[in-house]
Amino acid sequence: MTLLETRGLTMHFPLHGGFLGRNRGFVKAVDGVDLSIKAGRTLGLVGESGCGKTTLGRCIVRAYEPTSGSIMFDGVDLAPLSEKQLKPYRAQVRLIFQDPHSSLDPRKTLRDIIAEPLRVQESGSRDEIDDKVAALLRRVGLRAEYAHRYPHAFSGGERQRVVIARALATEPRLVVADEAVSALDVSVRAQILNLLRDLQEESGLTYLFVSHDLGIVEHVADDVAVMYVGKLVESASTEELYSKPLHPYTEALLSAVPDPDPASRGQRERIKLLGEIADPSKVPAGCPFHPRCGYAEARCATEVPQLREIGGRKVACHLAEQLDLKGVLTATTAP
Amino acid sequence: MQPLLEVRSLRTHFELGDGVVKAVDGVSLSVPRGRTLAVVGESGCGKSVTARSILRLVEKPARIVGGEILLHPDSDGEPLDLLAAKDKRLRQVRWADIAMVFQEPMASLSLVHTIGDQIIEAVRLHENVGKQAARERAIEMLGRVGIPDPQRRVDSYPFQFSGGMRQRAMIAMALSCRPRLLIADEPTTALDVTTQAQILDLLQDLQQEFGMAIMLITHDLGVAAQVADEVAVMYLGEVVEQGPASAVLSHPKHPYTQALVRSVPRLGARGQDRLVAVRGTVPPPYERPTGCRFHPRCDAFMAGKCDVTVPTRVRSDEIDVACLLYGEEKS
Ligand SMILES: Nc1ncnc2c1ncn2[C@@H]1O[C@H](COP(=O)(O)OP(=O)(O)OP(=O)(O)O)[C@@H](O)[C@H]1O
Ligand SMILES: Nc1ncnc2c1ncn2[C@@H]1O[C@H](COP(=O)(O)OP(=O)(O)OP(=O)(O)O)[C@@H](O)[C@H]1O
Ligand code: SF4
Ligand code: SF4
Ligand SMILES: [Mg+2]
Ligand SMILES: [Mg+2]
Repeated sequence: MTLLETRGLTMHFPLHGGFLGRNRGFVKAVDGVDLSIKAGRTLGLVGESGCGKTTLGRCIVRAYEPTSGSIMFDGVDLAPLSEKQLKPYRAQVRLIFQDPHSSLDPRKTLRDIIAEPLRVQESGSRDEIDDKVAALLRRVGLRAEYAHRYPHAFSGGERQRVVIARALATEPRLVVADEAVSALDVSVRAQILNLLRDLQEESGLTYLFVSHDLGIVEHVADDVAVMYVGKLVESASTEELYSKPLHPYTEALLSAVPDPDPASRGQRERIKLLGEIADPSKVPAGCPFHPRCGYAEARCATEVPQLREIGGRKVACHLAEQLDLKGVLTATTAP
Repeated sequence: MQPLLEVRSLRTHFELGDGVVKAVDGVSLSVPRGRTLAVVGESGCGKSVTARSILRLVEKPARIVGGEILLHPDSDGEPLDLLAAKDKRLRQVRWADIAMVFQEPMASLSLVHTIGDQIIEAVRLHENVGKQAARERAIEMLGRVGIPDPQRRVDSYPFQFSGGMRQRAMIAMALSCRPRLLIADEPTTALDVTTQAQILDLLQDLQQEFGMAIMLITHDLGVAAQVADEVAVMYLGEVVEQGPASAVLSHPKHPYTQALVRSVPRLGARGQDRLVAVRGTVPPPYERPTGCRFHPRCDAFMAGKCDVTVPTRVRSDEIDVACLLYGEEKS
């Protein structure tokens, strides 16, 4: 079952400046994105800094009101709903932030932090809430006695567990995890990734897992969507995408990931991208990737490639059928 | 052959109002000539403080309280102990022998001077060259690190550069005096994988060209695996293991390194398996565990031994390791 499906999701921020703050165009942070996530699965969302991952996630949790497009969640379009109409969905769709240090109020105890979304829902007596907080703390691997302590008494990994407990308080069905483990050390990161996986197995959670780290995404995601300057350029199952990318940008991203196995050194050919990611207020004509693409042809500079289906996957490249792109090695190389 | 740089039992402490943070507490490592040493370890283990201590760039409340830092000459001869050297001698060493690229480029670039002027100043401080020659060197180096249109870009200010370009400019500046050792502290951590790959390639190319040694500080084992010849692993202010990159990352000896290596998902090894996490968390800086500092988190912990005896470094195969599972013990 598809739990979430966006159609043409678009978020343009007006660019102000100059005389009388006149509008000088738009930052096309998210520009017509179609993606879907099946219930109980994890969709990884990857792409370079500034490509619009966070903005897309914030639209889905309706922290932003999208400029246009639809967000079908379990059959209801969240995009046009008012704050009041959104209320029941606020509990079902939750966001886990990037930085565990700045997203917890230092003056509140863990109990108050975790109970906050429950209070918004006006559900339960004090005792019920206390019990629930204790259960949530245990569920994320913390001790129930910690409820009365303040965030500063905890390490980065423990704080991220608190952030997760808070997100789980309302028993959400969809969790948008935006760089949820990026600020953590590798040893602690593994603990949190395992926790997210356990929670999914226990309660069938669905994740949109936003990350710039392709190694982690390969580990956690069932499917992966690749963004470039506000648009999806490719989506496929993780296995297909990593073993055989269809879009030149995906190929370049994969080839740039450093492999922690020293034996692989020098064996993988790195694709050198020209220049840097395009400015979303001045998106190049034609294929937005063409100024950096090593395979570009004349028409790439003028014709916009649409996201289209090829063999059950999606890709936006004119040459997808004829290019033979390299992925990274698969399971056979596992230690 | 002599290594280029040897750090022996370096200790740098922060003397704070409510106690002493032993940020670096017995670091020993060596940087081979013309090769790359990666220093890896988790946040707060003392990588940056070690790097700054090498050039004596630590400020109050930090103080270097012990150790030796030996810089060996190119030919035979006595090494220079940077910790004992006079300030004047040390200023000659900075930039000319050892240059550093810091973790935050914006913190070490001046915002009010152009990139070019900053490079020119660094060059002229250390070499007797005219302004025009130094400017040409700056343009050449900016071009060398891949800044497009260096003739024009030399007059840009740091804020006009993207993150990747700033990092390149920092590298250009650091290399402008042709140092024998480049210390790069997390030079790619804030960058995208694509830009990271470009910068790492660049460092390797420049190393080939200039024959300099690199000490690359990173918390990313993937980066270490792809560029390092040697790897030193730090935990709580000391180096627990150093050896050839292939040995340390493929067959680590120290239980901490073993756990660290297992906790990183491997590209292409897509498992349904759980990652093996290191148990517990890094203890707070005021409370260093007794005996082996890793003992509260170690799966191979031996009661009555690991919590009392401080492991010394022993050589096992090609690796130097500080763990009581190997070799002799000392109390
Ligand atoms: N509130 C805003 N107003 C104007 N522009 C914005 C706003 N939020 C984001 N942008 C712009 O939209 C683009 C996409 O930003 P976004 O934060 O979604 O990227 P991202 O993919 O999450 O990047 P990162 O990997 O660095 O987190 C950027 O160019 C950014 O500057
Ligand atoms: N100005 C300071 N005052 C007090 N303690 C400090 C100060 N700077 C660093 N420390 C402490 O010294 C220890 C080592 O810090 P250092 O910056 O070397 O870590 P690191 O290994 O570089 O970490 P990271 O990977 O996060 O950069 C840390 O425990 C830190 O808390
Ligand atoms: S459409 Fe052309 S420019 Fe765009 S990715 Fe495909 S080949 Fe490259
Ligand atoms: S000395 Fe003991 S506690 Fe320390 S790493 Fe070795 S086995 Fe583990
Ligand atoms: Mg983001
Ligand atoms: Mg550091």
